[in-house]
Amino acid sequence: MGVVASAGPIVQWSWVSSERSMIVSLLLQHIELTVIAVAIGLAIAVPLGIFAWKMPVARPPLIGVTGLIYVIPSVALLSLFAPLTGFFSITTAEVALVGYTLLILLRNTIAGLESVPADAQDAAQGMGYTPLQELMKVQLPLALPAILAGVRVATVTTIGLVTVTAFIGQGGLGQLIIQGFSEDFNTPIFVGLVLSVLLAGVADALIVGIQRISLPWVRRRRLAS
Amino acid sequence: MNFFSQVAQFLTTSSNWTGTNGFLAQLGRQIELSAVAVVAAVLAGVGLGAFLGHTGRGSFVVLNSANAARAIPSFALVTLIAIQPGIVRLQQGGFVAAAITMFALAVPPILTNAYVGVRDVDPAVRSAAVAMGMTPRQVLRQVEIPLALPVVMAGVRTASVEVVATATLAAYVGVADLGFNIFAGLDTRNNAETFSGALMVAVLALLVDLLLAGAARAVTPEGTRRTTRAARQRGTGLMWRQAAARS
Repeated sequence: MGVVASAGPIVQWSWVSSERSMIVSLLLQHIELTVIAVAIGLAIAVPLGIFAWKMPVARPPLIGVTGLIYVIPSVALLSLFAPLTGFFSITTAEVALVGYTLLILLRNTIAGLESVPADAQDAAQGMGYTPLQELMKVQLPLALPAILAGVRVATVTTIGLVTVTAFIGQGGLGQLIIQGFSEDFNTPIFVGLVLSVLLAGVADALIVGIQRISLPWVRRRRLAS
Repeated sequence: MNFFSQVAQFLTTSSNWTGTNGFLAQLGRQIELSAVAVVAAVLAGVGLGAFLGHTGRGSFVVLNSANAARAIPSFALVTLIAIQPGIVRLQQGGFVAAAITMFALAVPPILTNAYVGVRDVDPAVRSAAVAMGMTPRQVLRQVEIPLALPVVMAGVRTASVEVVATATLAAYVGVADLGFNIFAGLDTRNNAETFSGALMVAVLALLVDLLLAGAARAVTPEGTRRTTRAARQRGTGLMWRQAAARS
């Protein structure tokens, strides 16, 4: 009480340069946590999506359960899993982060598979493809734009969420936020904020780039129409 | 004693429900904070979004900045605002910081949905309204906004659930809402306390979601119920641009 401490200039560059190596390593941890979460999310959601697409009965419960995870607040979700997977472990962070990617990736996988034109499937069957060949060579490639759209959303969302895992000792750039808040010091928070926004932008642009390169037919079709 | 009976004990201890930092007071604060933010976001977002959808001017810039703003982690924003001297000086600085942050979280989905809802009004309906002699303002107020309401409500619902869930972070900057026990438990490694707090927030978020789903149905104009069903089906499809810092 009484004297109000100043939180300093918004960016104190001398701090940034003296803490450069810590900032870089936290940024790398942030990227690592994000990549692991999205990769595991994909490994779970794509097969589940294929399953739900083939068995429409399974769809409501799968969408329901993943949707339920999606509405649980992140701080709460972390602490819900913490007692089961260890309070300050990377597993806890990843379980929660993966949980949030599931709904997005699952919905987009199903929607992508549903959007495969019937003619393409007929043609594949006419050419004598087995169901597995049809899935791998026709249906999944044609569903890829939708799946990658899901990856974009999931990645950007996860980058924001990773900051919160700092509460359980993970968190990459989130640790800068905690440090800044506890020291009443603007610079770390601001650096954390700007870097995570930049990271989200770069990741988003990168996935759009992958989309362009790996799916040339999408662009060609768009140009043609 | 096993973990879940500890949780049950925490939740059934009446002293954890009463008092200034009891669950009931926390619930009140969480709802107050969320309501302030969402109402302000509706006032700002619906007006601007509907205007952009109506005129189409400047929508690219506004919508893309709104979308980019979603990448700002709420956790960073709330702490950054909370430590500013002007906010620290206030008696309820934490509440103000949290309310501004929650407002920033709520605006993008509401703005985007208001824009899309108005833009997607059937052009034939709009022409009919103009042909009946309605002024542009009347067209917006009496035709476009009512027809856009289901989509607008969907945006309000998304925003409200995100805000109610994320308002938990306010406890980190000194507002004893439902996040209080979560952080207190993390500090003292009292897993049962953290878990109990988390459970309360999750239940509240789900209740708000259900409540607003009902409200969305109620505000849908009678003649457009079918369109709403189509919109709902669309809702189970692609998730394109919901990128958000749900932190």
